[in-house]
Amino acid sequence: MNFIVIGVNHQTAPVEVRERFAIPEARLPEATKCLATYPGIEEGMIVSTCNRVELLARTVNGNADVRGFMRQFYGFDPEPFGKYLYEYRERDAVRHVFRVASSLDSMVVGEPQILGQVKEAYATARAVGAVNSQLDALLTRAFAVAKRVRNETAIATSAVSVASVAVDLAKKIFGNLQGKSVYLVGAGKMCELSARHLVAHGAQQIYVANRTYERAVALAKKFNGQAVPFEQLYETVSNADIVISSTGAPHTIFGKEHGEKFLSRRKNRPMFFIDIAVPRDIDPEMNKLDGIFVYDIDDLQQVVSSHVADRRVEADRAEAIVQLEVDKFQSRLLTLDVVPTIVSLQEHLETVRQAEIDRVRGRLGTMTPEQELAVEALTRGIINKIMHTPITTLKSAARESTEATTVVDLVRKLFGLRDARKAAAEQDTASSGKPGAQN
Amino acid sequence: MPLIWLRVAVAFYGVGLLYSLLLLSKQGNVLGKIVEPAVGLGLIFHFVSLVESTVLIGHLSWASIHYSESILAFLAMVVFFIFFVAYRTVSPGVVIFPIVFVLTFASAVGQKPIALNSPLLRSGWIFVHVVLIFTGYAGLFLSFGASLLYLVQERALKSKRSNSLLSWLPPLQTIDEIGYRSLLFGFPFMTLGLVAGSVLAIDKYGPLFFYDPKILLSFIMWAVYMLLLYTRWSSGWRGRRAAFLATCAFVIALGAWAANFFSRTHRFIAS
Repeated sequence: MNFIVIGVNHQTAPVEVRERFAIPEARLPEATKCLATYPGIEEGMIVSTCNRVELLARTVNGNADVRGFMRQFYGFDPEPFGKYLYEYRERDAVRHVFRVASSLDSMVVGEPQILGQVKEAYATARAVGAVNSQLDALLTRAFAVAKRVRNETAIATSAVSVASVAVDLAKKIFGNLQGKSVYLVGAGKMCELSARHLVAHGAQQIYVANRTYERAVALAKKFNGQAVPFEQLYETVSNADIVISSTGAPHTIFGKEHGEKFLSRRKNRPMFFIDIAVPRDIDPEMNKLDGIFVYDIDDLQQVVSSHVADRRVEADRAEAIVQLEVDKFQSRLLTLDVVPTIVSLQEHLETVRQAEIDRVRGRLGTMTPEQELAVEALTRGIINKIMHTPITTLKSAARESTEATTVVDLVRKLFGLRDARKAAAEQDTASSGKPGAQN
Repeated sequence: MPLIWLRVAVAFYGVGLLYSLLLLSKQGNVLGKIVEPAVGLGLIFHFVSLVESTVLIGHLSWASIHYSESILAFLAMVVFFIFFVAYRTVSPGVVIFPIVFVLTFASAVGQKPIALNSPLLRSGWIFVHVVLIFTGYAGLFLSFGASLLYLVQERALKSKRSNSLLSWLPPLQTIDEIGYRSLLFGFPFMTLGLVAGSVLAIDKYGPLFFYDPKILLSFIMWAVYMLLLYTRWSSGWRGRRAAFLATCAFVIALGAWAANFFSRTHRFIAS
């Protein structure tokens, strides 16, 4: 298998650390490609969201210097952040990927956004050719597991997304959202989703400011709102009661001094800032101003942690499904390990059969088509009978992982087969043209 | 008889007091369901007691200091209920209930009432003066209560921890509106009450009445009241600053209340 996952998430690292590891969407293809071509790594994929950064790789021999890649890519040594990083290998890595995709590892367990984010990361990795065989199989399976968890447990039905937590908080501040206005800074998906929730609860006027004005216009249109050129952001933001910020800016957009200005313009009417960007858009100092409430993505987690407890039971059921799927996937992968041996065994015996037929053909004289067929059937029957036991033994051995390599070695020795690993490598190259073929 | 009704009312207000204490001692919203009917019944008995004592005496009069405390408590409850009906929240009661309880309790168990038999008290004007001032007080009490709740809710929101113990608090904006509206509500009463009092006093004592400590404190309180409204209109003061001012006004109001014993104009015991 040789899977390895290294990452930071909302549980292991505060937002200050996560923002250092976050990779902006624009750089993701490049980063993924770098990872997949790093020495010792065969396939790679990177998931970077506001809550997590995950580097997922399949290594050549189970041991690759992913941290070395991080050092090279980020330009800083990840070691000082060691306590925030987690690392999973093999089975644990598979389990982790399944849990992430199924939203069991999410800040808000069961929230649906993470699956989409993983799918996007997968699409990016596919586009740059960074996943092609086993990692591909792993991700495809992960999506199926996520679907199963969704369908078979109630975890998603009671899910509280970040957006709905934001709505609850807005209600705590403003009471009724009727007639309240919402300002979106950035036209990303998260912004749109949160705005949709707020509108569903009565928010009326929507403003959108985005660096690319066209995107602001497009999003504003969806809500019957108003697009604002980014240059006018600071003049217009104080018109809104609720501000949702989710830009890709590397530094904060709103500082305390802005907050003071907004308040004096609004005659101290309260404002609610929701900062879902990583790195953050809003200086946390702003929360100290009377009448301004700033919640960043970590704060939202604190609010929802209580909700999570309610879903513990469903989460346990989901965990059981994941566990089952991990077992299944592992045995499937191990079967994949013995497949090359089976193939070369078949090829080997087939060559022997052909050679023998060619050798005795002269002595058989001319044969009727019926006789040709009979000889063909006879020889084929013999080798199939001979192959039957070794193949079933290989397959069953694959299921009990401990025996697999011994049996593979034995079969190779007995029949004098080529190196199975080499054959496997060829198998990979052959199937890379049609991804997913190994499922 | 009026005293019995008043004591029944005190018992019901006791439920309100207990509700406040439980909330403040973080026991949670235990009495939330019964507190509204309880204080509502208290208010009805209170009303009966007031009507009966007025009828017994035969005319509107301030039979005792305790009677006036009872009136103040009654008006505070009326104002509270007006806002309860408008906003469907009992939460300002956290502050109002203890005040009302203490006032009614004092008037219900007070020892032999000090008889106030100054002829001044027989004037209808004095009744108008007292009721207006007390209604102003009631508005101030409610506003003070709301501004404290505002602080609590604001702090809870800023601390960012979901605190189920504070889930009984209404939204920040609702608290804010209650505080502001009750202030607006009380202000004209307070102003007219002071005007009525001044007219009476000038009539009786001449312009020197103003140097009386109670009257001075009352005017300072009125100035703070005005300041509260002004800062609200001009720059929308809320939260900490507004709570600070409201607390000032409340403390001065208490001072003015206590100043009866130092006041020449308000010492109505025949000497």
